[in-house]
Amino acid sequence: MEKLIEQFSLGLFFWQLLLFVGLVLLLKKFAWKPILDAVEKREDGIKDALDSAEKAKLEMQNLQADNQKLLKEARAEREEMLKEARDIKNKMIEDAKGEAQSQANKMIEQATAAIESEKKAAMAELKSQVAGLSLEIAEKVVRGELSNKDKQEKLVESMLSEAKLN
Amino acid sequence: MQNIFSLKTICLLFLLVSSISFAQDEPQKMHLEEIAPEVEGKQSVKEEIKEYINHHLLDSHDFGLYSYVNDAGEHKYVGFPLPVILWDNGLQVFSSSKLHHGESVAEVNGNYYKLYHGKIYKTDAEGTIHYDEHHHATNVKPFDLSITKNVFTIFLVGLLIFFMFRRMAKSYQKGAIPKGMGRLLEPIVLYIRDDIAIPNIGKKHYKRYMSFLLTVFFFIWIINLLGLTPLGVNVTNNIAVTLALALLTYLITTFTANKNYWGHIFWMPGVPWPMKIILAPIELLGTFIKPFSLLIRLYANITAGHIVLMSIIGLMFIFKNWLGSSLSFGLAFVLALLELLVAALQAYIFTMLSALYFGSAVEEHHHGDEHH
Repeated sequence: MEKLIEQFSLGLFFWQLLLFVGLVLLLKKFAWKPILDAVEKREDGIKDALDSAEKAKLEMQNLQADNQKLLKEARAEREEMLKEARDIKNKMIEDAKGEAQSQANKMIEQATAAIESEKKAAMAELKSQVAGLSLEIAEKVVRGELSNKDKQEKLVESMLSEAKLN
Repeated sequence: MQNIFSLKTICLLFLLVSSISFAQDEPQKMHLEEIAPEVEGKQSVKEEIKEYINHHLLDSHDFGLYSYVNDAGEHKYVGFPLPVILWDNGLQVFSSSKLHHGESVAEVNGNYYKLYHGKIYKTDAEGTIHYDEHHHATNVKPFDLSITKNVFTIFLVGLLIFFMFRRMAKSYQKGAIPKGMGRLLEPIVLYIRDDIAIPNIGKKHYKRYMSFLLTVFFFIWIINLLGLTPLGVNVTNNIAVTLALALLTYLITTFTANKNYWGHIFWMPGVPWPMKIILAPIELLGTFIKPFSLLIRLYANITAGHIVLMSIIGLMFIFKNWLGSSLSFGLAFVLALLELLVAALQAYIFTMLSALYFGSAVEEHHHGDEHH
């Protein structure tokens, strides 16, 4: 320790302090400040560039997502339209079918009715013809029966006997 | 391109130094023969090595690269003199060549000065040094503001650092990416900013301290590295140099400290009041001990490194056989590599701890940390 104090040189201390402080101040003005500023500026520049790249990437992603969404929407819309068209088609077919059915039914009904009336008319004609025919036959039969006297009397008698029974 | 430039500068500097040095050779009586003429062989070599190491660790008034004894038994010094500046009834400025490495008395404006154990004493015309009972010189020591070897080195390193970083700063004007030397230095600058300053001081305040941290790191690192070169400069093992650096750390910490820092020293929150009274002087002492540890750590590490390295190199001359010498050469080589690491490590530690102290000075109050 004693040796240390003996070795201590005030002159050297003074010069070291003076030169070093001078060096710090000079370097601060002429070297450290420009160097650190330049480095900082460069780092800021890099950071900005990176940030904007990131932003662009994000925007790109957004755009892509938008596109995807639009595409999806369009697809959904198409699907919807197709479905609607199919429904309409089905409905039309259904309607047409119904219409046709009812039309057919109506026609069948009309036909049936016509047939019925025709039948009735035919029957009536047949009846009248049969009635005429029967009258003619009956006239001819009666005429044949009543040509003979015995036969007339017999008829009367049988009829009377029948009446008595009643 | 700049790398080649800096290499050229260093080479030029070296050439300049050596050319001046040879011009300044002056024949001197061999010092060693006077000290130990009777001790022969290994003992004298040991003494010589010890003397040499001690001499190397000290500051000197001239820039000596090495000295040798020529065939005529004269002590030759290779180096160049530096200006001596003394405050002794007015400024006394003269060349250190007048002191003749302590061999003779320098006469300046009617005053006589003599160099004794690296210090300049005022003497009479014959250069008598008076001693007390502990063999300490009692002569008047004028206030010595000389440009010594260390001051000269500090100045050179300052210039080197300034031009290095000025060049780097200029290269940013041309583009965002530095060119040449700046490309090498930028990662270190960024390391100090991102891994030393910001984590310890915080993003809000670190900018204020960057100039000091960067300067102190590069200054200590480069001057430590220079100490490993054969130039024989040895700045950071002077307690005066490390004291100046640590003092700056202390002053910056003290003058930029916020209320919270002082609050923690004089009235530690979160402890009962008798403890606060006990803690206050301890904490106050702590503020001095922290920078003090900085100055001792740097000084001791560099000094120890130099002593060990030079002792091992000295061993070569003691062994004087091929096995021992090559062994100590290998050891010295490995140790020199380690010293390269220590040079950077000490600069890192000094910067790191300074940043830590600055960080504690501007630390914001943590709510919920002390008050429960």
